[in-house]
Amino acid sequence: MKDYLVLRVIAKMIIAFMLMFALYVQFHADFGPGGGFQAGVIAAASIIFYAIIYGLPAARRVVPDWLVETMVAAGVMLFALVGVAGMLLGGNYLDYFVLHSDPVEGQHRGIFWVELGVLITVSGVMLKIFYLFAGRASGEDAEP
Amino acid sequence: MATLAIIAQRNLFSVVILFGIYSFLMATVLVALDAVDVGMTEAAVGAGISLVLFLGVLHLTTGEEMKPLHRPLLPLAVALATGIMLVYGTLGLPAFSDPNAPPHRHVVPRYIHDGPRETGVPNVVTAVLASYRGFDTLGEVVVVFTGGVGVIALLRRGRRGKKEAG
Repeated sequence: MKDYLVLRVIAKMIIAFMLMFALYVQFHADFGPGGGFQAGVIAAASIIFYAIIYGLPAARRVVPDWLVETMVAAGVMLFALVGVAGMLLGGNYLDYFVLHSDPVEGQHRGIFWVELGVLITVSGVMLKIFYLFAGRASGEDAEP
Repeated sequence: MATLAIIAQRNLFSVVILFGIYSFLMATVLVALDAVDVGMTEAAVGAGISLVLFLGVLHLTTGEEMKPLHRPLLPLAVALATGIMLVYGTLGLPAFSDPNAPPHRHVVPRYIHDGPRETGVPNVVTAVLASYRGFDTLGEVVVVFTGGVGVIALLRRGRRGKKEAG
């Protein structure tokens, strides 16, 4: 779809707003609906949109394979390390109250990092699955 | 309606589009039930990502469904029996939005009354998911991770084997 001028221009405009909306869903989850899962899917959808309009190689240049694969594991690591941090500071595993002198503030911090971990893993997995399927369709090698 | 159309259609492209419509309908139903978080997930995952993945798979295969080899009587019977059992199971559930139902009297009052004060998070769903049930959410993320790793392992190995053979 590289030759459709309208699609290219519109996509360029919309993708910025999609990423913005993903961040809004991520960081506004304390007050409104949303969270890491939804934000991760929206962020992955914006990259997939880019890949559909501009072609898979262009998307691979923006978000390379090694980055996606690192994201898949890094999110789980981040989530688990938040739990370990709670243990090191003298609480139970995944105990957020000890992360800050004020327990409510500690909860905020814990939820923030945990949701960030969810976002990273979910968007990484979604992107990786799309890359693998789309790479098969266009017959190019998935190996970096 | 959408489900019946999905069963009747033989063109896989229209089936995929109908799946998307069905997901959006389910999302609106969930929003109408005040489950905004779940509705959002359904709209993003069900109607968004899985639709794109289905289309990608369609690109790899043909667009028309093959004629079935057997008569689908046994699967139909299994599906009907499961459906009837599930409907029979819902009869044992407490009535919808019954405040005296057992799940609403166990930990839910504590989440709703103490959650905003203890966590400082106004959205109860986020508080429960990330804080009270943090361990479960960790499990969920590990499930997503495992799924991703499985897909990577399967699809990559197939490609490498093909390269060696060819």
